Amino acid sequence: MRVVIVGCGRVGAGVAERMARGGHEVTVVDISSDAFGKLEPDFPGQAVRADGTEEDVLRRLGTEGADIFFALTEGDNRNILAAQLAAETFRVGQVVAKINDPVRAEAYTMLGISTICRTRLLVDALAQYAGLEADPGASGVRPAKRHHDHDEKTPTEPQTVER
Amino acid sequence: MYIVVVGGGKVGYFLSKELLEAGHELVILEKNAARARQIADELGSIVLNRDGCEGKHLAEAGANRAAIVAAVTGDDEDNLVVCQMAKHHFDVPRTIARVNNPKNETLFRHLGVDEIISPTRMALASIEQDIPVHELLHLADLKGGELQLLEAQIAEDSPAIGRRASDIPLPDGCSLFVLLRGNGVQAIKSETVFEVGDKVLAISRAECEMLLRRELIGDGEQVRAAAAR
Repeated sequence: MRVVIVGCGRVGAGVAERMARGGHEVTVVDISSDAFGKLEPDFPGQAVRADGTEEDVLRRLGTEGADIFFALTEGDNRNILAAQLAAETFRVGQVVAKINDPVRAEAYTMLGISTICRTRLLVDALAQYAGLEADPGASGVRPAKRHHDHDEKTPTEPQTVER
Repeated sequence: MYIVVVGGGKVGYFLSKELLEAGHELVILEKNAARARQIADELGSIVLNRDGCEGKHLAEAGANRAAIVAAVTGDDEDNLVVCQMAKHHFDVPRTIARVNNPKNETLFRHLGVDEIISPTRMALASIEQDIPVHELLHLADLKGGELQLLEAQIAEDSPAIGRRASDIPLPDGCSLFVLLRGNGVQAIKSETVFEVGDKVLAISRAECEMLLRRELIGDGEQVRAAAAR
């Protein structure tokens, strides 16, 4: 599978590393080349210094035709912008945005973007550790609820990731 | 009309000032505390020191009863999120986003932002107007970019020289309407004959621009040769 990852922080670098070693074709992009220090020296994918919220950059990286797109910068809104570019402009089938603000994460899940919310994941894990009941909506990637109103295609459920 | 302005930079400040003077009711959301105080000192207690990207702060600002939400921060991604939250969470009828990267304009419209303000494009356009090149100048976008108001300068090598307006083959989506000649302005009629130095104002569908360029400016080689002289 072709995977494009925007943001090479701890999470971005971790996913890039793991998917590249799992045999996938990975391109990770970050606005700072220092970020690539988090990758192993023999990282088997491609690391590109550029602004992953720019349409031209994403086009150059071959986002059109990618199978998976992860927006994992530290800015919720940057992730939202990058993810919508990937989904709407480049028609990538599986797009996930990391959105740490739970309210915004919920709103964009309703707006047709699959999201992962660190805040909710951690809160739920800690609450469960303390003996509280699990929050069913907190774990893993929350699949998109529906596509935009202006978009008339039927909602697509994300397919299972082939390994 | 009740308006929520997100971003208290220069654009947000002057926009708010004008809207207040025009008698509108508004609130400004500015996340920088010092900047928020500064605006409050000048415009009164209409500033909330909050991040407008967060839903609960938009709610606090009364976004659900706003006629317009205008997101005019310096960050495109923030402006997009504010408009989308306003539209889909608070059913705001009209959203306006400042777009700093002109490349984002189409995407923002596609994602449901009603109006785009593009300071970068405006600056580029006004600089273009000051540089005398034999090109089509973009003066304005009409109908959300579907139509363009263009100015063509008739140079020595223009294929239009000596021809009547009615003899210039133009497609349906294209109309030549005003001629600037010397200090005068005249409407372009079918018998108008073009001369060197004329400026022609035209309205054109975006996709007809190339044709218009060919008829009024000339083909690419002539344009390049003219630029090199």
